[in-house]
Amino acid sequence: MSLENMLIVGAILFVIGLYGALARRNVLVVLMSIELMFNAVNLTLVAFAKYVAPAGLAEDLTQNIGGVLTGQVFAIFIITVAAAEIALGLGIVFAMYRSTGSIDLSEATQLRN
Amino acid sequence: MVGELAVWGIFLLPLASFVIIAVVIRPFLNRFSLLSGLLLIGALAVALWLSIDTLASVVRGHEMDFGSRTWLQAGGATIEIGLLVDPLTAIMLVVVTSVSLLVQIYSLGYMNGDPGFSRYYAYMALFTASMLGVVLASNVIQLYAFWELVGVSSYLLIGFWHERPAAAAAAKKAFIVTRIGDVGFLIAILYLFFQADKFAAQGLNAFHIPDIWQAAQPVALGGLGILAGTGLTWFSLGIFAGAAGKSGQFPLHTWLPDAMEGPTPVSALIHAATMVAAGVFLVARFYPVFQVSAQAMTVVALIGAFTALMAATMGLVMNDIKRVMAYSTISQLGYMMAALGMGLYGAAIFHLFTHAAFKALLFLGAGSVNHTTGTFNMRYMGGLRRQMPYTYWLVVIGGLSLVGIVPLAGFWSKDEILLGAWNGNVLLEPWVGRAVVAGLLAGVALTGFYTLRMIFMTFHGEYRGGIGQEMEDAGQPAVPAHAGQTGNAPRPDSGDTHLHESPWVMVAPMLALGIGAVLAGFLANPQWFDLAGIPKHWITEFLIHGMESNLLVGVLHFGTLDFNPWMALASTAIALAGVGVAYLLYGIRSLPGRDPLERAGPVHRLLTQKYYLDALYEGVAVRRIFYRAFAGSVDWLERNLVDGAVDLLGWVFRNFGPLVLSRLQTGQVQTYGAVVALGGLAIFLGFLLR
Repeated sequence: MSLENMLIVGAILFVIGLYGALARRNVLVVLMSIELMFNAVNLTLVAFAKYVAPAGLAEDLTQNIGGVLTGQVFAIFIITVAAAEIALGLGIVFAMYRSTGSIDLSEATQLRN
Repeated sequence: MVGELAVWGIFLLPLASFVIIAVVIRPFLNRFSLLSGLLLIGALAVALWLSIDTLASVVRGHEMDFGSRTWLQAGGATIEIGLLVDPLTAIMLVVVTSVSLLVQIYSLGYMNGDPGFSRYYAYMALFTASMLGVVLASNVIQLYAFWELVGVSSYLLIGFWHERPAAAAAAKKAFIVTRIGDVGFLIAILYLFFQADKFAAQGLNAFHIPDIWQAAQPVALGGLGILAGTGLTWFSLGIFAGAAGKSGQFPLHTWLPDAMEGPTPVSALIHAATMVAAGVFLVARFYPVFQVSAQAMTVVALIGAFTALMAATMGLVMNDIKRVMAYSTISQLGYMMAALGMGLYGAAIFHLFTHAAFKALLFLGAGSVNHTTGTFNMRYMGGLRRQMPYTYWLVVIGGLSLVGIVPLAGFWSKDEILLGAWNGNVLLEPWVGRAVVAGLLAGVALTGFYTLRMIFMTFHGEYRGGIGQEMEDAGQPAVPAHAGQTGNAPRPDSGDTHLHESPWVMVAPMLALGIGAVLAGFLANPQWFDLAGIPKHWITEFLIHGMESNLLVGVLHFGTLDFNPWMALASTAIALAGVGVAYLLYGIRSLPGRDPLERAGPVHRLLTQKYYLDALYEGVAVRRIFYRAFAGSVDWLERNLVDGAVDLLGWVFRNFGPLVLSRLQTGQVQTYGAVVALGGLAIFLGFLLR
């Protein structure tokens, strides 16, 4: 397990998520793709935290807490925020379905027309 | 010895009453609005006592240099605030606080029942505080700030009855016309900014007034000469422009007669005794600078003398009693300016001092007359001396003092100016002195005429009906209930035939000023011998002594002027000639249907139209040049250039938008997302390949 491998996995996950978010027409799938992108970012953050944490800081703090946890903390925050975001997104999907009877993104062009 | 705190107190007491009236009394205790008057009167009584104490301290020669505090620093210039207490300040402090105190007491009666009673006292307190701030300021910037505050409170007080269009217009006019002069003052201050480094090189502060005096001393006399030559002349003229605006000197005098729309006690305090004298004070304050430039002195002297004469001619024909006095004030301020221009520093301030007493008295008398008759138009007065004996005799005393009759106050001060102008000034061209004397002497005759005309028309002959008759003649029904709207003071009990003397609260301050108008001349400045412990030429010597180190002794003659019986006889004879003509035309018969002066035809019309200067300013300068030429061209630019550009932009997008731009707006979220992603990628690649 090296940093490169983790970054490659993260990049692949991110691009899959991006493709899904831009190409799929079902809103639920788009939301899932966005989750995929979040997790790609999380993976990258944790990987950087593990392999390239700031050296000076690490030396001072290792005795107490066993390493710098900045990246991990960020990842946990992102998971929390993503949960909130998905709750909000699902609410919007519900509202959209009630008003238009469809959850097809390509038909949601009311703001223009 | 007076401490610094006590001197600050003179300024802070009225300021504190302004804050208390505005913040506490008017919003919460307006039902007890009398409190606001009593508060200000109490504060001013203490301030007057402190001022007299300060004057006594200065007279005894105590050191009154309190140092300055740093206010702010801008670049290399340090601006300080501080107190400058010299003889000029000390005398002005007493004049301002005493006249203000008397006027506030009088206002208790005059403004009684006005719905804006506490607002009135708030403005009055603000004015008094700012005026004292002007007098005490040791720094030009500080002085300028209070100078503008004085202008603001004057604006507020002229427009006190702002529901009347004439009052609102007069307030605006006063503000704008004085502002024109203030531009000159501001430019003079900016000039100091540019000289700040030269001052600093000598260890001086360019804004500290005593430092400016020192900097103006010419090199030839061992001075520093930092301000010199043309720069000094223009600096002085800039200061004079500000002074001319405030003091109503030609050509900026047109606001002062209109300012009479304000309540009469306001006219007495602001537009007769103190604020308009601030211009004279300002020139006196910078006198050590003016004296170095013969050109500046010539301008001051000639404009002063010309104003003295021209304003007096307009005063001849006015029918509004307050306007007669307004022109008289302009004329007397012209005397003071001319005196300063001729180098008569002491005499000018002495005249300011006596003028404050007798002119405030005359204005309060006019207010007293208006309180009964409801009008200011003298054509509807007459015969009031029977019903208003106190007012009558006090106005006669004030009027004769204004004319300059022995032994009233005005005689001594006016005579000192005339004599000094006659003796001339070695620095100025001889013809300047002669022109000034000629103008001032002619002014004396006219003063005698218009003053007595005013007294005869108001107090002699038969009563001609007051406001009731005036409204009837104007074609309006004479309903007493409406009298308060056209009359100046609200008079709930207005009855046309019910003429009465004003209440004591109004007569008492007039009595005090009347005593001043009698005694302030000879007692304060005995002319040829020591009187009751007062040395001769006391005020003049005192003032000059305060400036001694800054005056160009030896170049200008500052010797005090001994009384000259010939000049006194000449001026009295000339004044009596004016008085005699007034008696022949107005005194023998009651006022006939036509004013005898109307026989002068075109001259009369020229004078009643104020030399068409108002028409010139408003018709040509404002309407034609400013509105039509300047504002009109700006309006054209705005409509065609600015609006045209905006319209063009809109037109371009309306017509070309559908072809290109709206195609890009698909409404598809994912298209936008793709563009954002591609853009992010492009930026990322840009960083990588850089």
